Amino acid sequence: MADETGTVLELRGITKRYPGIVANDHVDFDLQRGEVHALLGENGAGKSTLMNILYGLTKPDEGEILVDGKHVSFTSAKDAIETGIGMVHQHFMLIPVMTVAENIVLGVEPVRDAVLLDEGAARRRVEDIARTFKFSVDPGARVDEISVGQQQRVEIMKALYRNADILVLDEPTAVLTPQEAADLFEILRTLRREGISIIFISHKLNEVLEIADRITVLRRGKKIDTVTLEGATEESLARMMVGRDVLLRVDKAPASPTDVALDVKDLHVLDDRELEKVSGVSFTVRTGEIVAIAGVDGNGQSELVEAITGLRRIESGTIEVGGREFEGHLTPRLMIDSGVGHIPEDRHRRGLVLEFNLAENLALHDYNKPPDSKHGWLYPARLVTRAVRLIKDFDIRGGGPLTFASSLSGGNQQKVVVAREVARNPIVLIAAQPTRGLDVGAIEYVHRRLVAERDEGHAILLVSLELDEVLSLADRILVMYEGRIVGEHGAGAGEEEIGLEMLGGRKEAAA
Amino acid sequence: MSQAEPTANVPPEQEPSSDFAVRLGAAQRAGGLVVPVLTAVLAFLAGGIVVAATGHNPWTAYKGIWDGAGFNWLFHVPWDTNTIHLDAFNLSQTLLTMTTLILVGLAVAFPFRCGLFNIGGQGQYLVGLIVANWVGVSFASWPTAPHVLLGIGAATLAGAAWAGIAGVLKATTGAHEVITTIMLNWIAIWGGQYLFGQGGPLQNTYNPAAPESGTIAQSARIPVFWGNSALQGLDYGFFVGIAALFVFWLILNRTTLGYELRATGFNPEAAEYGGIDVRRKFFQAMAIGGAFAGLAGALDMLGYLFQFGVLDVQASQIGFLGIAVALLGRNTAIGTGVAAFLFGGLLYGTTRGLNPNVFDPSLAGNLTSMIQGLIVLFVGADILILYVWNARRKARLPHILRPEPEPGQ
Repeated sequence: MADETGTVLELRGITKRYPGIVANDHVDFDLQRGEVHALLGENGAGKSTLMNILYGLTKPDEGEILVDGKHVSFTSAKDAIETGIGMVHQHFMLIPVMTVAENIVLGVEPVRDAVLLDEGAARRRVEDIARTFKFSVDPGARVDEISVGQQQRVEIMKALYRNADILVLDEPTAVLTPQEAADLFEILRTLRREGISIIFISHKLNEVLEIADRITVLRRGKKIDTVTLEGATEESLARMMVGRDVLLRVDKAPASPTDVALDVKDLHVLDDRELEKVSGVSFTVRTGEIVAIAGVDGNGQSELVEAITGLRRIESGTIEVGGREFEGHLTPRLMIDSGVGHIPEDRHRRGLVLEFNLAENLALHDYNKPPDSKHGWLYPARLVTRAVRLIKDFDIRGGGPLTFASSLSGGNQQKVVVAREVARNPIVLIAAQPTRGLDVGAIEYVHRRLVAERDEGHAILLVSLELDEVLSLADRILVMYEGRIVGEHGAGAGEEEIGLEMLGGRKEAAA
Repeated sequence: MSQAEPTANVPPEQEPSSDFAVRLGAAQRAGGLVVPVLTAVLAFLAGGIVVAATGHNPWTAYKGIWDGAGFNWLFHVPWDTNTIHLDAFNLSQTLLTMTTLILVGLAVAFPFRCGLFNIGGQGQYLVGLIVANWVGVSFASWPTAPHVLLGIGAATLAGAAWAGIAGVLKATTGAHEVITTIMLNWIAIWGGQYLFGQGGPLQNTYNPAAPESGTIAQSARIPVFWGNSALQGLDYGFFVGIAALFVFWLILNRTTLGYELRATGFNPEAAEYGGIDVRRKFFQAMAIGGAFAGLAGALDMLGYLFQFGVLDVQASQIGFLGIAVALLGRNTAIGTGVAAFLFGGLLYGTTRGLNPNVFDPSLAGNLTSMIQGLIVLFVGADILILYVWNARRKARLPHILRPEPEPGQ
């Protein structure tokens, strides 16, 4: 063990080359006892490669690793774990049908009578950890019955149970709701007080500034700098990450809305369990304005979007698009052909067929119309022609028309979705969490594009869980809470008032 | 993200993905020919070990099957096409079997491309046989061409309707097609036994004691182009089978229907979002699959069977072999064609084609079942094979392109 404040981990000159790319180019990194050290960089900057080397999953071509001042060489994750390094992956490695305690002790179970699992001891030791680090997790609960945030805590406890004093968290907030993320940060602060050293991998600037003591920025495999929290700003970090100035605030002129493009009246929608999730929502979106719906996840936003796009049945109420009124049972095809564009909230689940190439993905709405097809015959060459044009116009990188969508980066996959929806020239463009999981450069691109579409005379309905995004893009803001619109604000609305409404606070309280 | 973007030759992502389906899809594309060939080779090796364990020489056994399938004919140049000679006759019989296997293979492969597993090829095939027999026995006064075409058309439609029942149930109630197609198989089997059985509506009229169908009229028989029509020669149905492979490819890759079916098979939710009526696609995929099986039944009945008995209904298994053919052929047109050729040779070469002095036919028949079972098993285990293969590839080329890990799953 190192002393109270010493260096617990040092990586020196780590280099890892892959054909055509240097994933890590002489990267130096050190971790002090009881600090949170953020590793910041865009997707593909080399964060994960560096951590895989640290965790023994990949061997570096050059460089050395020192733990507590001693040289170590890992050939597997087992070596790393024995040295006191614990890793929490973005995707959890838990067995859903087993209990929290069983998952935590798995592999190093306390044993009684030589062969039997000592369930009592397992439970007690898990409870000890929970008490020490102030985790609120029921050791007897089955993993598939607890929330994602709690599952993540189980992963952290797994590492602590194995006596980790260095904890690596790979994009831990990507799967969490804002509230769960806040809880996670509370836990990390507790761990830090208890002397655990934490490497926090992220590409979200605000999180890094909230939790980290020091920040190391990687860009294209190279370490750009290590800075302390003092003096670091979102702008300075973004510049280091991307290599140029990034517009974190969206630059836009005031809106000049004209005709009503989307008119939703007294809409009621049920979810899959037949519970009412949208309870009498009415609003309009005009051509040339961005209307944002703010709200905490699960307050009916997804169901509202699905209803307007024809993916979910409307119980009652009407939807008017460009003057045409719809009610009852709509289909996606009807809404697509009526001028509704839709950037779905999950591009892998809905937005793309990952096994299709880009040309096929870009044709997803129009494959059944000339020139793509005629009398049921498809002309793949014409799909490619369109794709060539859109790939150029929308600056989609990482492949051509025949590249499979699965092999593009997240940012470029989203560009494919945006290109497809925008190029159809919709009357209303619905953008549901359009920047989810994207890094700063890609977020900037999507934001600029949405404003450009507004200025070209489209109506845009933005649904976002990120209040920052809502505030920077919207010309009008609607706050949704438990299936109702509980507040409406102009572009300059205050963050606190909206935040309060999102959590169900009444207007009187804010006024 | 202009300057920040990796350049074209740089892999865009390095984050490992645990989205297993995506990786599997990518690996299957990368695996290409390797996996099915490896699968077949492993199955034959394992079969050889069993032959050796029974005290026979595996080499002799496989040589016997090879000759029995008529494959040796291909190497006897100049080719003697006279089916008086055993090699040529054996090959013509292998091709006859192959025709059926292509179609029952496509019956599985086509719905598979839409994400559906059609276990009901056997039932759809039987329905095709029955309808073709009925048409062939009736309308005896018709000229050959319309009679054959009517038989083929009616049987194809019947196969489509039979599979379509499973498709409708899937689309309307969500009933799983594996369950419903298996149930429909049994209905077809018992239905056939009733129809052809004693007193059944389609029983022959000349021998009330024999539980078998009537014999189809001469006008309903598909002409033979290789061999003797009295000795089960190879009929023009063979070309229908080959053409079906092309039609399969054409529908999937050159029609909007094929685009919709593939989109639905890969990602039904994205297909729905794209404006595709996913439930209708389920029905269409099953119906077209069933049409291939029904066509197989028609070609067999009108090509060389001419009549069918209750015992034949009970013994028939060829529709099930379509599953192995489609799996080995990776649900592609060319793959299904090659796999059907392989299984056609195996099936005929271990049964009637086999010289009983070379290798005991009862053992050989079991060998076919075993190889078939092993192939299904190995293809089912291709996740494992792909894993081993990828581990090898990783050792040589450490970096494999992977999609970005998606938050929120």
